[in-house]
Amino acid sequence: MFLQQLINGIALGSTYALIALGYTMVYGIITLINFAHGEIYMVGAFVGLFATAILKVNFFIAMLISMAVCILLGVLVERIAYRPLRKSSRLSALISAIGVSIFLSTLAQMLFGANAKGYPENAFPVNQIHIGSAEISTLQLLIIAISASLMIALEFIVHKTKIGKAMRATSEDYNTAALMGINVNMVISFTFALGSALAAAGGVLVGLLFNAVSFNMGLMAGLKAFAAAVLGGIGSIPGAMLGGLLLGVTEVAGVAIGFSSYRDAIAFTILVLVLLVKPTGLLGRKIQKKV
Amino acid sequence: MGDVLQSLLGHVNPYYLQIIVNIGIGIILALGLNVVTGLTGQLSLGHAAFMSIGAFTSALFTIKFGMPFGVNLILTGFVTAAVAALIGLPILRLTGDYLAICTLGFAEIVKVVFLNLDITNKALGLTVPTANTTIPMPVVVWVAVLLTIICVTFIHNSRFGRALMAVRGDEIAAEAMGINVTLYKVQSFALGAFLAGVGGGLYAHFMGYINPSDFGFLKSVDILSMIVLGGLGSITGSVLGAGILSAAPEFLRFMASYRMLVYGGLLVCMMIFRPNGLMGTISFTNLVLRALGRKPHLKTIMEQKIMETSRSGNGDT
Repeated sequence: MFLQQLINGIALGSTYALIALGYTMVYGIITLINFAHGEIYMVGAFVGLFATAILKVNFFIAMLISMAVCILLGVLVERIAYRPLRKSSRLSALISAIGVSIFLSTLAQMLFGANAKGYPENAFPVNQIHIGSAEISTLQLLIIAISASLMIALEFIVHKTKIGKAMRATSEDYNTAALMGINVNMVISFTFALGSALAAAGGVLVGLLFNAVSFNMGLMAGLKAFAAAVLGGIGSIPGAMLGGLLLGVTEVAGVAIGFSSYRDAIAFTILVLVLLVKPTGLLGRKIQKKV
Repeated sequence: MGDVLQSLLGHVNPYYLQIIVNIGIGIILALGLNVVTGLTGQLSLGHAAFMSIGAFTSALFTIKFGMPFGVNLILTGFVTAAVAALIGLPILRLTGDYLAICTLGFAEIVKVVFLNLDITNKALGLTVPTANTTIPMPVVVWVAVLLTIICVTFIHNSRFGRALMAVRGDEIAAEAMGINVTLYKVQSFALGAFLAGVGGGLYAHFMGYINPSDFGFLKSVDILSMIVLGGLGSITGSVLGAGILSAAPEFLRFMASYRMLVYGGLLVCMMIFRPNGLMGTISFTNLVLRALGRKPHLKTIMEQKIMETSRSGNGDT
């Protein structure tokens, strides 16, 4: 029972973490809460659905297609809606992001209808594995494995490559990075691309896990993932992973204890409580007050 | 008097009347949030939660006690303000986006709790009886709007308002000048919630039906868009922004399902072309004074300068 719930929680939490990474990276670089990110995740789930249902491709190829489409979409959104606003107040950019979010979810509703759709039965063969009394599906293991490998890949990109170094420099100090000859615009586009790819992967995995893809799935998932990013300390990549896992596990635990009708509030209650004790999140940097 | 007003309003097309009332409620909500976000600089993404608390409190006052509407609204305002103060005390220690996400979280929690309480009729929502007053709703709403505008204008130019602006400009400097930052933040939060509560009460009785899901994240975003569109911190801007955004869905209605699509696109375009809002730093009083050929007060010029610098500086809220 405990093991079962723990695996459920980790599987759910790792999808939160995948989405949260996009929030945290974008925030780390241009201090923008990218509210359209949840919508990118929704689009990712839809593209994956169509790739498996209509193109009838293998699940892994569907995920790659979905990631590619979302990379384009994410970079495009940044170009159109955020770049012109980079010099203006942060609230304007925030409203612009919300505008994009409303736009994308309405577009999805018009194109794909208001009903939730499921992935085809044969998208990924699910087997149950019995460990003691726990019953774990191969799908959950797949989700955990894919999420973990994507996160390791991300850590590699951020810490071992040149563009990753540029990302870290830009997030440290935007203006100085530009003075040092870093093409800041390119770095920002790359960050959006990375975040969107992770969100797309998350979308496909969640679509498979719950077998439901709908136009409004981005809103709550986006808010919870953002909560996860803040919980871990926004701007911190390991923080987003930790926050996502923590929220997933507590949410599943809460439901298991019997608070299922309070499901959506669990994540936010944890968030508010943690912030009250540790105002910059679990792994967040201390904000220095300059006088 | 109520009958006379009622018969007068009978001549107006009820559809237009509905839009006018929606605009009025929008203005009250926007002015409330403007105190918190525009004036004090604390980004709140959960204003709809206070509207929700106000709507349900006010509806329950009418259902359980049949309270006269005027008393009902004022009491509702105080209840909402008390809740805000209680919540504000711990969470207003947070700054910037941490505060924003906390208010967002609070709003979600309020929504889920109301969806599970018996007294709010769970997910079915409450049917609200007609308000206990003879004066027609549109008049009540617009009297409330006028009172709100007058109060908020006075606050802007008072010692209290200047303290709030100081907090927005620089918390540390404000603290060094002897302003009790936490106290003023909580007070401004409570004031904003008071107005949201009144707006919620009006909304509940005008609509006749309320559901916790009506006051979700998108409602908070609506209100925030109003004040950002109008120009943060500007009363005229808030009124204008609330007017435009409350009426926009109605005017876009002919587009049927394209409506929200256009709305989203409009938000993006407005921000790109008028990033400081429609009114920006323009103040209505100054425009009138200029039109009369007089120079604006030195004080208002100074205030504008402060607002401009606090905006352009790191682009902070």
